[in-house]
Formats: sequence, structure tokens, C-alpha cells
Amino acid sequence: MKHPKHSCRVWNDRPGTVLFAFLILFTNGTMLAQELGDHQYTSESIQAGLRVYSRECALCHGPAGDLVSGINLARGEFRTASSDDDLRSVITEGRAQGQMPAFALREEELSGVIAYIRAGLDPDGVAVRIGDPVRGKALFEGRGECADCHRVNGVGPRTAPDLSEIGVMRSPVSLQLNLIDPGAAILPINRPVRIVTRNEETITGRRLNEDTYTVQLIDSEERLRSLQKSDLVTYEISDQPSKQPTSLSSDEVADVIGYLLTLRGAP
Amino acid sequence: MKKLIKLISSLVFATAFIAPLHAQVSYQRILNAAEEPHNWLTYNGGYMSQRFSLLDQINSDNVGDLELKWVLQNQVFGAWQSNPIVVDGVMYVTERPNSVMAVDAVTGRVFWKYVHTNDERARVCCGANNRGVAVLGDKVFMGTLDANLVALDRINGQRLWQVEVGDVGLAYSVTMAPLAVKDKVIVGVGGGEFGIRGYVAAYYAETGEQAWKTYTIPGPGEPGHDTWQDDDWMYGGAPVWITGSFDVEQNLTFWGVGNPGPDWNNAQRPGDNLYSDSVIALDVDTGEMQWYFQFTPNDPYDYDAVQVPVLADIEWNGTPTKVMMWANRNGYFYVLDRTTGECLVGKPYVRVNWSSGLDENCRPMITPQPDGMPTYPGNQGGTNWYPPSFSPRTGLFYFAAWEDYATIYYSEEQEYEPGRAFLGGGFSVLAPSPGAPTIGIGRTNPINNWTSEVGHGSLKAMDPNTGEEVWEFEQYDVSDSGMLTTATDLLITGGREGYFHVLDATNGELLYYKNLGGQIVMAPVTYMVDGVQYVSIISGNSLFTFALKE
Repeated sequence: MKHPKHSCRVWNDRPGTVLFAFLILFTNGTMLAQELGDHQYTSESIQAGLRVYSRECALCHGPAGDLVSGINLARGEFRTASSDDDLRSVITEGRAQGQMPAFALREEELSGVIAYIRAGLDPDGVAVRIGDPVRGKALFEGRGECADCHRVNGVGPRTAPDLSEIGVMRSPVSLQLNLIDPGAAILPINRPVRIVTRNEETITGRRLNEDTYTVQLIDSEERLRSLQKSDLVTYEISDQPSKQPTSLSSDEVADVIGYLLTLRGAP
Repeated sequence: MKKLIKLISSLVFATAFIAPLHAQVSYQRILNAAEEPHNWLTYNGGYMSQRFSLLDQINSDNVGDLELKWVLQNQVFGAWQSNPIVVDGVMYVTERPNSVMAVDAVTGRVFWKYVHTNDERARVCCGANNRGVAVLGDKVFMGTLDANLVALDRINGQRLWQVEVGDVGLAYSVTMAPLAVKDKVIVGVGGGEFGIRGYVAAYYAETGEQAWKTYTIPGPGEPGHDTWQDDDWMYGGAPVWITGSFDVEQNLTFWGVGNPGPDWNNAQRPGDNLYSDSVIALDVDTGEMQWYFQFTPNDPYDYDAVQVPVLADIEWNGTPTKVMMWANRNGYFYVLDRTTGECLVGKPYVRVNWSSGLDENCRPMITPQPDGMPTYPGNQGGTNWYPPSFSPRTGLFYFAAWEDYATIYYSEEQEYEPGRAFLGGGFSVLAPSPGAPTIGIGRTNPINNWTSEVGHGSLKAMDPNTGEEVWEFEQYDVSDSGMLTTATDLLITGGREGYFHVLDATNGELLYYKNLGGQIVMAPVTYMVDGVQYVSIISGNSLFTFALKE
């Protein structure tokens, strides 16, 4: 019996260092801000927001943003708000019969405090703009072409990962990266694979599991396949996802993120 | 008629068992363990810790005829790191956290089970692990998570004595299988993540009275104390949590010593921090230190030197030499002269970037990586505590390595608080995309969604003459499995994926594999009863025992 060559040999030839370089890049918030341009709030805005938050908000919400029941600002858990515009109106209009008073903040103070909340109350964090979920749903199903591959709440194909619970699985930063730079964001297990078996069958799909001798995948026909590596003539794992970076505008990306964050699994 | 003969012969056998002297596992028997390969008498199969068996019934031609003979299911979930010991048809195996079972090695049925109830203050960094027992005379010995040493009657499982090895309130623990030599039982203490001051201690097997205790961090006035500043030595870690080896000619025991503390902030403990990350040679009668060799001075990476010291007497590049072979967690493979501790050769076996190489004394030339940059090998090391094997037939040293695995460390000031974690920072495993799943300390998920991009396993066969790899056997996931070699040049091991592998020890060719379904985080053992050779291996929560088809 020959030792089956595992896929490591396939991707060893790929420019793996590029992927590693991305990670290093993303561990530095400032560099990330420059890299991603207007898709998010600037670190200056987040810092300004820290000052506003400490002065106006921390008394009731606490330094960690978790002192008001049902609300955790750092984790993005609110009673009603979802988009940044929702937060804007909560802050400027007040809520809960005046328990949350209305604040008269200057525009840069307002956007700063929203940025600070979106950065998870981390002054060194990264804040992502979150748009309108209704517009985002329309973009997801239409021009954004997301629903061509992704399934949500029982509707759509299964070839790409099911997104019904993506709002609890991923942070806004991660969702944004997936949309604008999927090559850097894709999880290794989700990389598209192309296989040719000894029987000359060509299989494309997405892996579900893998070990030294076998690989389990869902193929392009949505069939669950389990293959012995010793039966494979070709086994290629792409370093690029099947999807290119989105061509949506930054406002539209914010809307799609807003929609994705509402996907929190079956009720 | 056949049945009657069987009955008569078993009666004869039973009579033999009644005579207590026959049941004794004397020091002489353990010393000459190679003369009774049907037994597996110590954690590492003998004092030299080669994990090499002279049994030859299973070979490369018939290995395909292996079949499952019995399964013993654990009643407690969690990594089952225990290594069985087999004495004359009885297997002694521990179950986490601290139970001992005596098992019929032919059927897997249990004779007795002893349960130790741990003090609720017991604290360990990395799971309620226990790696097995020692036997000596008519006793079985087990260390416990609450830092006790327990002696049991080997025949009926009754507790004979129990002594406190360390202060459970200060997070001392014992997870290793003890080492029994002459009239003593020797253990080391865990707690390197809790600011302990490590030591090795010996107890008289008969009474439990302490014979000696040697600290792994020298106190004021002792040689090496000046490798610490101020009070750092009092909480400096240097635990010993893997069974050592013994060389009868030198009368020395050898022990691998773990990381200094706090783990990741070495700026907080300037100096070499002896004898952390070292091997120490202790006189078996007195505990006096004869020599040491430090692999990783002032370590900020948690590169414990808690590997099994593998001893052999070989022709090293043409000169008869008493060597010690050591694949270290820090990514280097070393061969030492075990009479002096002199380093004969030291070479990297995986990608290493924390140091640019070793100097002529095998001291690392350090190249710390900038903040936020990955360090190779990662926190779990190029290898770890997984017991290696040396085959005198092939002359090769075998162990489980982790390839392409890196960690990003951060450090912070931390004040010591008794019994609390004393880490001085933390780490994350390098992954190809932000937030991607990564390799953990153990494997609890049947799905590998981190993929080999985060690291993968490589079983390596090393030539001690050159320090170079001769061949490797790659695995998709990393492996914490130990090794076993046999007189028929089989190399028997496992892996996190749950595969039981048998390879040709000469060239790494795969001869047999079987999916047992759960992580294999111990080293397989082999033994013989009534003329049948068995191989036992623990996968997940079950102990599987194989033999050839009848």
C-alpha cells in the first residue's frame, strides 16, 4: 500500500506567503483603515468617539457597554436598532420614555460615537458601517449575486456555505472583508476543489472534511461525496474563492452587511 | 478432551499465581525488561525509554491479518493519554482524572478499579490528564491531579499508602506515570502555568516516605541561582510532567524540565532561568544533580523540554557512545553524550525562526520576531510530550512533528498570585484568513475545518549520527501520538485523526491502517499472552487491542 500524498503537496506550490502577509496586515488596525478606504470609519473618528462615549454614554451604559439590560454595545446587541442610521436616531431622539435621553451632538461627535460602538468599544478597533437591511436583502438577492450560490433560510443552492446564521457567526469586519476581498477572507475549508478520479470523473465542489487518506465534500450537484485519496488522479485546491470581489458601492456593501447581520438562524 | 487439558493447565497456572513471589515485579525484572518482551513494564517499555519490543509475531507480511480482539470503553470523556503497563497477562491502565484499572489483557474484562477522589482545588492547565502507572514488587503507583502519590496493591487494588507530593492549593499536580527504580518511586510535578517551583521527588516504595527531593530551580547559594533575579525563582515554573529514564551504569535518572513562568513574558524574568527547558541528570539514590543541558534559555515561547529522554548505546559516527536523543519542542533535534551532557549534534527538524541556529555548544542564537509576527514552531512546539521510539535495528529515532505551524505571541506584566494562572501574555495560532479555525491543544471535533494550512503532522525518522531526517510520513492533521517499534521493523503509531498506522520502520512505507475514530494521544504498546502478540492503542474514549487472526 502506498502512502497517499495529501493535499499539502498541491498547495505547497501556491503562493501561501501572500495569504500570511494578509494576516499580518490585518492585525494592524491603522494599516487596515488605509487599505479599506471609505468602507469604514477612520481610526481618528473612533478615537473621537471614545471621548464622547466616556463623557456622555458611559455613565448609564458602563465602560464595557453592558450595564443596560438587553443591550451590549460592544457586541452590537441593541433592543431595536440595526443600521447606523437607527443608532443615529436613537441617540438624537432618545428612547424608552426618556430613560435613554436625546443627545444634541455635533455631526462629528455623533459619527464618532457610532464608530466607537461599531469598533466594539475598542479605541484601536476597526469600525464597519452598517447600512439598511431591507436594501441589503434586495441587493443580496439581486444585483449582488449572493443568492446565486448561498442558501438562506431554506432558499437557494447549497454549493456555497449556508448563511442562515451568518449574523451570529461573523463580525461586521469579517463580513465586509468577505465582500470586498474574498480571497483574503475565505476560510481554508471553503476553497473550491477540482478532482479527477481514476475513473476519469471530474468533480468540483467544496470540502466538508479531510484527513490523511480521505476527503469529504459537497459537489456542484449538491451530492455528498467521500473519496479515497489513493483513487484520485488530480486533486487541486484553489487559493481563490469562486467569487470575485464585489462591484457594489461602499453604501451598498454597508446595506448587505446590515442584512447579513439580521440572519441569526431559525427562530 | 481438549477442554479438560485446558482446565488442568489453567489450574497449574492458577497455582503458580498463588505463590506471591512469582507475581513480584522486582527491580531486576524491570532492569532486564528486554528479557521478557511479553510484558510492558514501564511507561516507556524499559529504563532506556526506547519503546522497542523484541516481539516478532506480527511482521510486515502478516500485518494485514490484524483483527480487533477487544475494546475497553472509558467512562469519562476527554483526552485519554494513558499508557498501559502489562505484567503477566494483566494490564494496568489509568482513566482520567485518576482511576486505575486492572484488566485481563486477553479479554479486556476488568478485575478491579480504584478511584481516587481529587481535592476540588486541583488545577491543571491543559486537561485532567493522567499518563499511567508504575509497577514495582506487588504495588502499582499513580500520581494524582491534586499532587498525591498513591500506592495500590497490584493484586486487589487496595490502597496501601498515599503521600502528598505537592501543595494542591498552589496548583501543584502530578500527571506523569511515575518511574520506579530500585526501592524508590520517582515523580515530578506539573504547574508551570501557575507559578510553581518545580522539582523531582523520590519516595520509598514500601512506605511512601520521601527519600529525596531536587528542585528544578536552584535556591539561594546553589549553582545556577544567579540565572534568576530577585524573587523570580520562587514562582519560576520549571515543572516536570513526563516520565524520565534511567541508566543503570551511571546510576543516573534523566528528566525533561518544562517552561519558566510567567510563560510568555521573559522580560519579567531576566537570565537563563535554569533549569527550565533543560534535561537534568540526577543520581537515583540521592537526587544530586550530575549535569544539565539547557535547550532554550530565557524561553518566551512555552518550549517545555518535557520530552522523554531516549537513551541508547550506539556507534556514534564510529565511536561507541552513550547517547541521549531528543527532539525538542523548540524545533531542534539534539544528540547528547549522556555521560557529560555535552551536545554532539543539534539541528532544526521543522521551520524555526526564533533562532538562527545553534552555536558550537548547541546554545541557540536567538532571533525574536517583531510584535505581531509569527514564530515557528508555534506554541505546541515542533513536537511535545509524545513519546518517541528508537530502534536498535534500524538505528533511527522516530517521533511526531508538527510542520508549518506558527503562533503569534503577546506578553504583558503579571503579578504572581498563589494558585492562579501565571502566564504573562498569550498567543494566537497563525491562520491563513482572519478568524479562521485553528489547531487546538487536543481534538474534540470529528471535522477538520482548519485544514492542513494551519499545520500538519509529519512522523520523522532521524539519524542520530547526522541529526538529519531520513524519511517522513506526512499526515493531514497534526499528531500527538507516541511511537512503538518492534524486532520485525514495524513502526506502530496513531494520530489525531483517529487512524492506527503501521509503517515499515526502515523506509516509512505504510503497511496497514485502520480508522478507530478518535484522537490517539498516547503511545501504543505490545505484549504477549499465551503465545499471542497483542497491540493496544487508545483512540478517543476506547482502548482497542489487536492481534493476528487465528
